[in-house]
Amino acid sequence: MIDRRSVLQGGVALLASTSLLGKSTSAFAEQTVTLPFDNGTRPLGKYPQKRTMIVQTSRPPQLETPFSVFNESVITPNDAFFVRYHLAGIPMEIDPDKFTVEVKGKVDKPLKLSLADLKKMPSKTIVAVTQCSGNSRAFSDPRVAGGQSGNGAMGNARWKGVPLKAVLEKAGVQTGAKQVVFGGLDGPAMETTPDFAKALDLDHARDGEVMLAYQMNGEDLPMLNGFPLRLVVPGYYGTYWVKHLNEITVIDKVYDNFWMKTAYRIPDNECACVEPGTAPKATVPINRFTVRSFITSVENGAKLKSGNVTLRGIAFDGGTGIKQVDVSTDGGKTWKAAKLGQDLGNYSFREWTLPVKLGKGSHELKVRATSNGGKVQPEKAVFNPAGYMRNVIETTSVTVA
Amino acid sequence: MSMFKNAGRLAAIIAAGGLVMAVGGLQAKPVTLKLPEETAQFKPGPNLDVVQANCTACHSADYIQTQPRGPKFGKDFWTAEVNKMIKVYGAPIDANDVPKIVEYLAATYQ
Repeated sequence: MIDRRSVLQGGVALLASTSLLGKSTSAFAEQTVTLPFDNGTRPLGKYPQKRTMIVQTSRPPQLETPFSVFNESVITPNDAFFVRYHLAGIPMEIDPDKFTVEVKGKVDKPLKLSLADLKKMPSKTIVAVTQCSGNSRAFSDPRVAGGQSGNGAMGNARWKGVPLKAVLEKAGVQTGAKQVVFGGLDGPAMETTPDFAKALDLDHARDGEVMLAYQMNGEDLPMLNGFPLRLVVPGYYGTYWVKHLNEITVIDKVYDNFWMKTAYRIPDNECACVEPGTAPKATVPINRFTVRSFITSVENGAKLKSGNVTLRGIAFDGGTGIKQVDVSTDGGKTWKAAKLGQDLGNYSFREWTLPVKLGKGSHELKVRATSNGGKVQPEKAVFNPAGYMRNVIETTSVTVA
Repeated sequence: MSMFKNAGRLAAIIAAGGLVMAVGGLQAKPVTLKLPEETAQFKPGPNLDVVQANCTACHSADYIQTQPRGPKFGKDFWTAEVNKMIKVYGAPIDANDVPKIVEYLAATYQ
């Protein structure tokens, strides 16, 4: 399952990045990486079906993708795909032959579908990014509580499965239905902790794009990414992508559990932001990704040789697709349009490349994406109390000799 | 959802047992998950025993030690966090233990 070569590549890349930061360790098992923010040292760890990952937390597991992976391919390999659970009661054993997903609530015909049942239905494939709401939270200024992720709590995969719309049609949604609630096999360690479940409005749930995925990049989903079935909500933050999906409940009201009503809320204004130290007047559930882009071919602090170099990276947004990517090599004074790579759909990472000539000295490389929806990344990071949705124009500082 | 409610404790037990990580083979069914040993530990500090008794049932120590540091992340910050664990996540922490836990966190993770 785990490709030896990719494990080695991952290892080499991590070694390189750690030595760059002035840390060298001979024992691979005890390696750490220091992410570029205060208190940013994390162990590297090997988890089932995963190559060496950045261990944000071990129980429940939160594994971050080493950023060098994003330069390997536009599709994030399964064994490098980030992992994020909320609650420690994660499934330790799943029999795919016995697994079922229940469809219940305000439906004419409640269903219990096996994986075989789902695989008999017409399938759909989509390339889509999932990204943790708190991806890059550790860069929030001021810092805020929560999982202190760098930029690697995101990934792009080719998902295959069944449109939720078809499943809901099979069950027959009743008049008056408002939302659909999704629950997975993972649960809390204590019964007093609110179980994890998320809801989507009915119209969204049956837009034909939201799907139940049983395959990720042509293989079964890794256990830690939601085997054997995961909700895919293209363009939406990962919190909705319920793993080990086994319960779909149609309800006639707005779902108000902790995970919808209290957690994962953003300020209800255009920027989804507030002044630090102030509380939002009103909030809404987090929803679509903001537009982001990264340079992947050069790491912050890299030393380059003067002359021609082709910069490369990725850009994505919440589903309108990427219109343009501009790159600056002079700290944002002048910008040049990059060439966009293959279009894998509006929900995918979009590769970009730009040959540039770098003279000797220090350079601040910046990348700025514009979506087809007309949104542009901001020059200054916007703040919200939970540290969600970071999308400031990224800066990569390099020294050219 | 409820059928796995004890898995967290199971994971802790497996971690404590020091079993090596392995995937239960994709071809073999059912698929099992064996997590690597939990290595993160609480730093020494005042009331460590109270912290270990109250904070380890639901999450590993790295949840605490990765939080931001500095003057803004002192007693008030940790009081809010401990109260969140009680009020939001339903942690059964005795009211008398709250100041002890806060004292440890504010003193140890600065």
